Amino acid sequence: MTSLFEEVPRAEEDAVPVRTVSVTVNGERRTVKVEPRLLLAHMIRHGLKLTGTHTGCDTSNCGACTVLLDGRPVKSCTMLAVQADGHEVTTVEGLAGQSELHPVQEGFKDEHGLQCGFCTPGMMLTAKALLDENPDPTEDEVRWALSGNLCRCTGYQNIVKSVLWAAKKQRAAAGETGAGE
Amino acid sequence: MTALDEIKIGGLGASRRRVEDNRFIRGKGNYVDDIVLPGMLHMEILRSPVAHARIVSIDTSKAWAIPGVRLVLTGEMMAKRNLAWMPTLSYDTQAVLATDKVRFQGQEVACVIADDPYIAKDACEAIVVEYETLPVVVNPEQALATDAPLIRDDKENQQDNVVFDWEVGDAAGTDRAFAQADLVSKIELHYPRSHPSPIECCGSIADFDRSTSKLTVYMTTQAPHIIRAAVSLVAELPEHMIRIVSPDIGGGFGNKVPVYPGYVMSILASILLERPVKWIEDKTGNLISTGFGRDVYLRGEMALRKDGKILGVRMHTLSDHGAFFADAQPSKFKIGLMHSAFAAYDIPAAHLLARGVYTNKAPGGVAYRCSFRVTEAMFFQERMVQAAADDLGMDQAEFRRVNFVRDDDFPHRTAFGFLTDSGQYGKCLDVGLEAIGYADFQERKKEAAARGRLLGIGISTMTEPLGAGNSREYDILGIKMFDSAELRVHMTGKALLRTGAKTQGQGHETTWAQIVAHELGLPAEDVVVEEGDTDTAPFGMGTYASRSTPVAGAAVAMVARKIRAKARKLAAHLLEVSEEDVEWELGRFYVRSAPNRGVTIQECAAAAYSNMPDGMEPGLENVAYYDPPNLTWPFACYIATVEVDPQTGVWDVLNFVAVDDCGVRINPMIVEGQIMGGLTEAYAMASMQFITYDAEGNCVGSNYMDYLLPTAWETPGFELHEVVTPCPHHPIGAKGIGECATVGGPAAFVNAVMDALKGFGVRNIDMPMLPDRVHEAITTGRDVSGHPPVRQDD
Repeated sequence: MTSLFEEVPRAEEDAVPVRTVSVTVNGERRTVKVEPRLLLAHMIRHGLKLTGTHTGCDTSNCGACTVLLDGRPVKSCTMLAVQADGHEVTTVEGLAGQSELHPVQEGFKDEHGLQCGFCTPGMMLTAKALLDENPDPTEDEVRWALSGNLCRCTGYQNIVKSVLWAAKKQRAAAGETGAGE
Repeated sequence: MTALDEIKIGGLGASRRRVEDNRFIRGKGNYVDDIVLPGMLHMEILRSPVAHARIVSIDTSKAWAIPGVRLVLTGEMMAKRNLAWMPTLSYDTQAVLATDKVRFQGQEVACVIADDPYIAKDACEAIVVEYETLPVVVNPEQALATDAPLIRDDKENQQDNVVFDWEVGDAAGTDRAFAQADLVSKIELHYPRSHPSPIECCGSIADFDRSTSKLTVYMTTQAPHIIRAAVSLVAELPEHMIRIVSPDIGGGFGNKVPVYPGYVMSILASILLERPVKWIEDKTGNLISTGFGRDVYLRGEMALRKDGKILGVRMHTLSDHGAFFADAQPSKFKIGLMHSAFAAYDIPAAHLLARGVYTNKAPGGVAYRCSFRVTEAMFFQERMVQAAADDLGMDQAEFRRVNFVRDDDFPHRTAFGFLTDSGQYGKCLDVGLEAIGYADFQERKKEAAARGRLLGIGISTMTEPLGAGNSREYDILGIKMFDSAELRVHMTGKALLRTGAKTQGQGHETTWAQIVAHELGLPAEDVVVEEGDTDTAPFGMGTYASRSTPVAGAAVAMVARKIRAKARKLAAHLLEVSEEDVEWELGRFYVRSAPNRGVTIQECAAAAYSNMPDGMEPGLENVAYYDPPNLTWPFACYIATVEVDPQTGVWDVLNFVAVDDCGVRINPMIVEGQIMGGLTEAYAMASMQFITYDAEGNCVGSNYMDYLLPTAWETPGFELHEVVTPCPHHPIGAKGIGECATVGGPAAFVNAVMDALKGFGVRNIDMPMLPDRVHEAITTGRDVSGHPPVRQDD
């Protein structure tokens, strides 16, 4: 069992109801015991020690906590861990393959799509979900898709360019392998 | 052998991709909340729900009874340890935990330390506080009323709610200028309270080790060394027993400069419990209690000659500092560098009267992405200039050109006493006008009018003082505002660079290595940059007010030059010639008379450890402290065109052109990134981003549902241009850039909307120019101010 609560034993453990949650995180099945009220973001960050998922605003406005749930972006700060039971979660740590970066990651670096890096994981996961659904988005489609994620340092021009860069790269790669034709 | 290609080694001018991105894009950043220490406890703060009230009682018994609660702290307990109050960065005091009364909504009343943050939050809710409410002051007018309640009754000799009265400029000379004027133009406006609101909130992990008496604090601070000094003062711990570590920071914008009560409480809790204590603020806590920006009422007038020459300017500012004067700015300047207003214009006389007041609002006016209130100064300047041009009936571009300081007039002493050093203001304006299509805009405007649409064009130009010190004039808590860099070149020619600055997204890890590459010819990738740990970094004043490149960046160049000077001696030794016969080209020393005989900087580095001449101190390491001779003065011209829908008051940006002259650009990609980010915040302030309070002192804008920030969908595109006028006194000719766009941008949007509304007899709409405000101006033909709330029921 991997759990926050193993490390910080409660004085009266029995007083707290506990639920078992099984989640496939970045391809690996993880089973954890959680309080029913534990937020998914906190389970990911503190329980599973995947700190690339950030919490920014607590009200699902900023999107720093965005993860993919069965491939769709969700704000993990306003979802309970128990709601993710039986689902697949992808976090920023699961974006890259064994040896190479995801095109979205490459795009953000190449187009200077980040500064402090705090909103970046959420931005990239939202972008990945968009490109999985729409491999050739227009600039407006990118802007609309990202409109649930806030950035304070970079503004959005370079972030949009990063996503378009990734789309182009992905299409080129798909063209080379014949996939997606 | 030929000299190295500087761009190829990632030197000056290379748009080198950022080193720090390698961890951020993998989710491997290391922010405060990512740090977990063995045995760590968690702290939550109970905040006041009311804006002004006497605390009758605090009952913490139910909180103590919750399993997993380790400590509950109240003001009374802090007072016993002489920690209920702390000094601010502006020589005032601020309550750490309230003892006598609460003075703003969100003020810290108690805190709980528990095994996990959920328990700590539960326990905060179990604390019962009885308040006896007092009349609330939410704007300066109320604060100055004769029957106003005294907010700071804790201070001896404080009889009213005035924080300061401050004056700068030449009153008599300005009076004479106005006496000679053909025309006097006036404007009055409010720069609304805003919050820098980095996505990451504030936080700290205090870790006191009883066995060594050493306190380590991991925290979100833009200025670790200032914090170390402040903690030493507040907690009465010796400075060498305090280590402040500022890890990756999720945006700062001035919000992470001050010392906050949460930091102090986590430190005391760790000392009492002898365990690490983590405090991570939530968004509401951040928005309602930490350093805000702006909240200044500005009015002024300009003395004008018929031909368009500006003769003099008068300015009055009335600023709302909240309950404690916790502004983060150099101590001599009560309203920051507000008197940098009109620095780009050749004006004979100017005078500024500034008054600051206490209110029942959150404390700590910080320089939100600007150099100490220059945002307000430049906004007022460009709105005033616009109004004057309109009153004269003169073209807005021409009016600016007539009054600009000319290229051959530098150094130029401004009417308020600053010394500006360089610039090509007219050229920047010309580049901007050309790019936006100024010449045929009036034609487009007419065409649009025929279709019932209102078009407007707005110009904003600015020069701002960036890079405090010099140390003669600039200090915080008496500490002079210099900065530092330490460079260690290893024997293989790889290097470690540390500075007293602290990056929060500005890309220091990339940029500083480029300066070293420029000075020494070491490939930038061979230089690792570290910042933020006071146990290892040389003493510096941190990163804010666009001071990193002007001050710490200069220190990087200077320390690299010290290294080069020693390397030259080593080269002479290796080449067996005298030092005078050695010449330098990028990355290599050679014999003047035999250019093929040379040694690389890497070979010199090896010699420093393995083959130094007799009598030479071994090693190739050095440190430089840089005290700038003056501020740097970048210039920018921002031009917006907008279309206003008269039916709804909604306005859209058609085009936006930015022409920035920040001197020599170290990494053009990063510079442009700073400009685009700044313009986004400029658009935010012009269009939607503000914090207000209701008549009871409730903060409206206490979360991201109420505090609107623009997204990718609303934010317009920006077209960037550059002009380069090197800074004459900076070692590599660079000027600050991180904040120019936030400072100069807002007036471009406002001037554009006001230009579109020219036919309606409206002179001003206060920011943010929300559609309802614009609509009100169109339908009433009157100015729209951001009304300060007034209590209606009594």
